Amino acid sequence: MNRPSSATLRLLIPALSLAVLLIAVFYLQPRAMSYIGLNLLFNLAVPIALATIAQMLIISVNDLDLSMGTFVSFTACVAATYLQSSPLIGILILAAAIAVYAVIGIIIYIRDLPSIVVTLGMSFVWGGLAVLLLPAPGGTAPDWARWLMTSKPPLVPIAIVASVVIALISHLIVMRSSFGVLIRGVGGNQRSLQRAGWSVVSLRAAAYALAGLFAVLAGVALVGLTTSADANIALRYTLLSIAGVILGGGEFTGGRVSPVGAVIGALTLTLAGSFLSFLRISPDWQIGAQGAILVIVLALRLLLNRVEKREKQL
Amino acid sequence: MIAVKDNASMRQDAEPQAVVSARGIKVHFGAVKALDGADVTILAGECIGLVGHNGAGKSTIVNVINGGLSPHEGIIAYEGDDKVHGINAARAHGIRCVFQELSLAPNLTVVENMRVVHRSLAGWNWRRQAAAIIRAKLDEIFTGHKIDVMRTVGELSIAERQMVEIAITFCAVGEEPKLVILDEPTSSLDAGLAAQLMAYVRAFVQTGGAVMLISHILGEILSTASRILVMKDGRVVADRVAQDFTVHSLVQAMGSVVKEQDRKVRNEERVAASPILALPARGGKGLAFAVRKGEMIGLAGLAGHGQTEMLLDLHRSLSSNWLPGRQDKITFVAGDRSLNGTFPLWSILKNLSIASLGELSQKYLVNRQREEGLGADWKGRIEIRTPAMENGILSLSGGNQQKVLFARALATTSPIVLMDDPMRGVDIGTKQEVYRILNHEAAAGRTFIWYSTEMDEIRLCDRAYVFRNGAIVAELVGDQITEENVLAASFAGEDA
Repeated sequence: MNRPSSATLRLLIPALSLAVLLIAVFYLQPRAMSYIGLNLLFNLAVPIALATIAQMLIISVNDLDLSMGTFVSFTACVAATYLQSSPLIGILILAAAIAVYAVIGIIIYIRDLPSIVVTLGMSFVWGGLAVLLLPAPGGTAPDWARWLMTSKPPLVPIAIVASVVIALISHLIVMRSSFGVLIRGVGGNQRSLQRAGWSVVSLRAAAYALAGLFAVLAGVALVGLTTSADANIALRYTLLSIAGVILGGGEFTGGRVSPVGAVIGALTLTLAGSFLSFLRISPDWQIGAQGAILVIVLALRLLLNRVEKREKQL
Repeated sequence: MIAVKDNASMRQDAEPQAVVSARGIKVHFGAVKALDGADVTILAGECIGLVGHNGAGKSTIVNVINGGLSPHEGIIAYEGDDKVHGINAARAHGIRCVFQELSLAPNLTVVENMRVVHRSLAGWNWRRQAAAIIRAKLDEIFTGHKIDVMRTVGELSIAERQMVEIAITFCAVGEEPKLVILDEPTSSLDAGLAAQLMAYVRAFVQTGGAVMLISHILGEILSTASRILVMKDGRVVADRVAQDFTVHSLVQAMGSVVKEQDRKVRNEERVAASPILALPARGGKGLAFAVRKGEMIGLAGLAGHGQTEMLLDLHRSLSSNWLPGRQDKITFVAGDRSLNGTFPLWSILKNLSIASLGELSQKYLVNRQREEGLGADWKGRIEIRTPAMENGILSLSGGNQQKVLFARALATTSPIVLMDDPMRGVDIGTKQEVYRILNHEAAAGRTFIWYSTEMDEIRLCDRAYVFRNGAIVAELVGDQITEENVLAASFAGEDA
């Protein structure tokens, strides 16, 4: 059988839309087609990609995290303060934050709560903690984070290298490892796992903790780029990360996710912003135009799904 | 036990080892007794056929054996060990189960589903191992299959999914399967595949494995099982070697010998009237459906054989998809109260009046007095046991909630009422009250189309359609509606 698998088809649209956007950007601004140009285009995509992977892990167990933006802001504040001044305390705080994520996962499952409500509530907790840490914009990025995010590897800019590494590692974890299989199994058919004797609670807790870890990395990467932090630095990430997952071929339910697609989705969203600036669309209209791009891509995917379904029936 | 005696002569080894023995198992869900002292013993090297009508307790005993449900009373022992419980204990003793509904994760590949089911599959190249094992097993059971094990299960056809699930269950990774429970394994396989599976089951049993086969195709059971258990009302009522049964005697054993309830004979003049609602044969198979004014039609047959789909189709045929409008031609009484019946946060009155708000309104505003009048009227008519109709719907018992749902449908002016097995888990007293109301309403010219899994309810109907595999296979009129006739039609005979 030479028919491409559904996973490949699923990646086709996000990859194509990224390519089309990239070509459009290069056409509008040929100078972007350089080492520095590419890095400038994509470096803000690195933290977004990490946050998108975090969101994707939550979505893969059929939940949704509405606290992603404030949580990344909080970790960015921790990174710009404690992680820089006293690394040990900083690491402890971040580890505790990841543990809290695992606990949230357990509570949502055991008490059968809607994840949207719990994470929405948590978003105020994280936001409040971030304000306590940094009432005014400030702080300093840890040197190593700054070094990592501004390093200049030969030939390919760091933004691209980082995106590829993120995509590869999360692909290995989510798509190839046993752990990833089980997590997607929870999203696909929880009862099937229970009948095989797996503990769904611990799997969910692990998925949430891993999401927390990726979100922490997003915060650190963001601070590495911006050199200082602010309690509201990453508020947009909540919706960006959800849009990135869906744009990348993931679905809200059923454990159908794609880490590579999610990274591509994050890159596409970042690029869409630059594309609109190059078109000289006023910032007032940019959010709307970004939404329009999203709608177009998703409409394409619906169309493809329908074609696929029709082929199956024949 | 009888089981041991019956099979002693057939067995080679002197000491028969029971893979599972369950004694005096009692399970109840609220007031409903699902199992009432069931005894099941399964020995290595035999294939047990388990038959019974809806609600006889088949799935419950399966769930008890596989550890998913702990019995309220009784002892269950795996290979003589009665200290252990739960799913993992059952699995450790080699108990495996293929469920009627798909229990694979559709978003994972066949190989990944192997990883989920077989916990001992580990190491760096588990994918390759799993692929080799499942390919070999699929080749062994369903020779000539064309399943690509690297595809996600969601991409496979229903039959292929069932084949994969069966093959995964029979795979030996780490521990060998000792008892495999197959719950309607051939429901979506064609005759050729079903024959392959039955051949494999016989071979598996010959090498010392045990199989418990649940099927509505009696020919399959009679030809494959070595011993047949018949369940009725939560008990095992017959337990004999398969040769002692014929299709006819099996059907008889499943039916109840209790009193023929006297049916109300209604006037026959409406037989001549033309149907007010009709549907062609479903999927081009079986009989067509038609209903006349004032009739009470029963949809019978085993659960999940297309009755609910039929009700939904009937509802759709009389209501628009796009504009809901005034649906005054047809109304629906839901079976699953919590899923699509009640509004759990609303009061009893609001739950009752929701379907008739159109008639209770003036200038698009609900007339409170008329709403309360309606509530008081129905509270008296069907005796909803509550101090005040303003209480929340969840303050009522399940049976009373169901009465409210009936009242909701009956309070409308719709001439046709569809009922989707609404009496599940309702106590007998409430049932009698509702039957009385239904009879009264039918006499007044209302039409009822009633899917029920309970024989007593089907017997109340003027006519009954029996469903099998999504199609109507028999139409029974009046006195023909007997348990035996319904059973005979819902269980296919020799034809697979």
